[in-house]
Amino acid sequence: MSALATAPSLVTAGPSIAPAATTVGNPAINIGIFALFVVVTLAIVIRASRNNRSAAEYYAGGRAFTGRQNGIAIAGDYLSAASFLGIAGAIAINGYDGFLYSIGFLVAWLVALLLVAELLRNVGKYTMADVLSFRLRQRPVRIAAAISTLVVSFFYLLAQMAGAGGLVALLLGIEGAVGQRLVIVVVGILMIFYVIFGGMKGTTWVQIIKAVLLIIGAAIMTVWVLGKFGLNLSTLLGDATTASQDAGGKDLLQPGLQYKNPVDFISLSMALVLGTAGLPHVLMRFYTVPTSREARRSVVWAIWLIGIFYLFTLVLGFGAADLVGAKEIKNAPGGVNSAAPLLAFELGGEILLGIISAVAFATILAVVAGLTITASASLSHDIYNTVVKKGAATPEEEVKVARIAALVLGAIAIVGGIFALGQNIAFLVALAFAVAASANLPTILYSLFWKRFNTRGALWSIYGGLVSAITLIVFSPVVSGKAIDKVTGKSPSMLQGVDFHWFPLDNPGIISIPLGFLLGYIGTVTSREYNAAKYAEMEVRSLTGHGAETATHH
Amino acid sequence: MSKEAPERVVDDPNVAMQDSPEFDQLRSKFRRFVFPLTALFLAWYFLYVLLSVFAKDFMGTRVIGNVTWGLILGLLQFVSTFTITMVYARWADRVFDPEAEALARKMGGEQ
Repeated sequence: MSALATAPSLVTAGPSIAPAATTVGNPAINIGIFALFVVVTLAIVIRASRNNRSAAEYYAGGRAFTGRQNGIAIAGDYLSAASFLGIAGAIAINGYDGFLYSIGFLVAWLVALLLVAELLRNVGKYTMADVLSFRLRQRPVRIAAAISTLVVSFFYLLAQMAGAGGLVALLLGIEGAVGQRLVIVVVGILMIFYVIFGGMKGTTWVQIIKAVLLIIGAAIMTVWVLGKFGLNLSTLLGDATTASQDAGGKDLLQPGLQYKNPVDFISLSMALVLGTAGLPHVLMRFYTVPTSREARRSVVWAIWLIGIFYLFTLVLGFGAADLVGAKEIKNAPGGVNSAAPLLAFELGGEILLGIISAVAFATILAVVAGLTITASASLSHDIYNTVVKKGAATPEEEVKVARIAALVLGAIAIVGGIFALGQNIAFLVALAFAVAASANLPTILYSLFWKRFNTRGALWSIYGGLVSAITLIVFSPVVSGKAIDKVTGKSPSMLQGVDFHWFPLDNPGIISIPLGFLLGYIGTVTSREYNAAKYAEMEVRSLTGHGAETATHH
Repeated sequence: MSKEAPERVVDDPNVAMQDSPEFDQLRSKFRRFVFPLTALFLAWYFLYVLLSVFAKDFMGTRVIGNVTWGLILGLLQFVSTFTITMVYARWADRVFDPEAEALARKMGGEQ
């Protein structure tokens, strides 16, 4: 509702704040299409919310989604603004190096498919912590897992909110103005509404609709771009490279445009490929299906959709490099993230731009909702129920606390998003992946596959991975000390004008991921704790599905 | 709530199942399939990453028109990912699931 209410003021505020030249397309069309999406999804969310009393309904959509539905929702969750806007932009500017991102994001799904999805579905109930704490001491492990869930989700949230701000900057021509913040507030409020009323079921449907729109939109643009180059990929690549070189840029097909430092790129690659299977909002999606077989089917669907989508972004990125040009993209209000919307405008004018922008907004909204429900579930189910109430909270109480948590988290996300405006979103997401790979994945794998694993190992691995990843990020060039970019006149670092970095790499993965595994190992072998009965229960349950949570019937 | 933390007797059916030869076989069958496959795709992925950073000239060499080795190997990463997905799903549906379900039925009850 609020989107409709604020729309007119944004339209009139746009041109008066920034010169009309920076506005692309017709803001009324953009907002109109987006408002339509909001109205349709809100109706669905309200329908879905009828049955949201029980915890299984609220957190896991009653575990009643099919593998295919969940697979599409996973794609909707995963193909965030970072994938669509960030990767297309990275390819447009840095060519081949941008493409490398998408490969890591895709291959990562094999870790989830082969090692995690099914076993986790059988063992857990609502959250990642359910699995990690299954055979260990509940309180400390749940607290650790919940903290790590919150941190990863928060980084990811920031990325999405920053994307929303950047996008509106482009569409309404408002730079750093009240309007951008207003949009973040609107996105935040809508998201809170989806989560509080829709629960997991509503959120899942929003993600399904969004995934379908996004993939169709990207498919249309891909065919369109290829059509312009005689359906010949080689011609497209050649023209894009020539265009880049004519404008004083480099050969987009050569590796190394974005990653000057080989170690930095290896570090990023490790975080990308090992991070996905440790993302709490991805893991939580596996609980929305009735069986481990359906969980497998979900991942298979997700891999196909995500893979095909990344192939589209390859074409879109090079298409934008040629048809829009690197300089125009960099100078647009949304920066690198505006490559895909600018390409849409170049191809299909105002209408296509409106559709693609609305889809991008919808993307942000859906992903942010998924993150919020994950974080609020962890706060309520792991912290409130297990730690505060010692497991005695009724499902109704838990759901109530989860809703309050969603409200608070939504507010924090709004404030954080305002501060994160202008950050490269693919990059923020890469940091979330680094933390997930360092703090979560070692514990998940040990816990599923290593008999000897125990509480000390879990705590050392989670806290060690988390603290090392974050410390290295804080003292990396991402936060301070990068040289000033000649085109934009700003330092690409998060903070301007200060330099306290001593860690040379942008991504901490190469240090913090092995450290997470190592600490988990050392912690385990120095403690004698071992719960044979719980381990037997967990292993039998993980492989056979005996005793696993079943779908609720209504 | 119902299955959250039931009291366990010392000699419970899970431990018996875990110690049984059938379960041992199921577990090693799973691990023998999944672990090598994981090692394989990770090695192939990191080979690609290392080539991209240490063999830039090779990866930037144009092979077919403007399509470089880097792009070809990158697209092959997509192909291998799709292939492994299909191979695993087929194996899991046909070989693993029936055996796992048989053991679950043996455990009985609790549904």
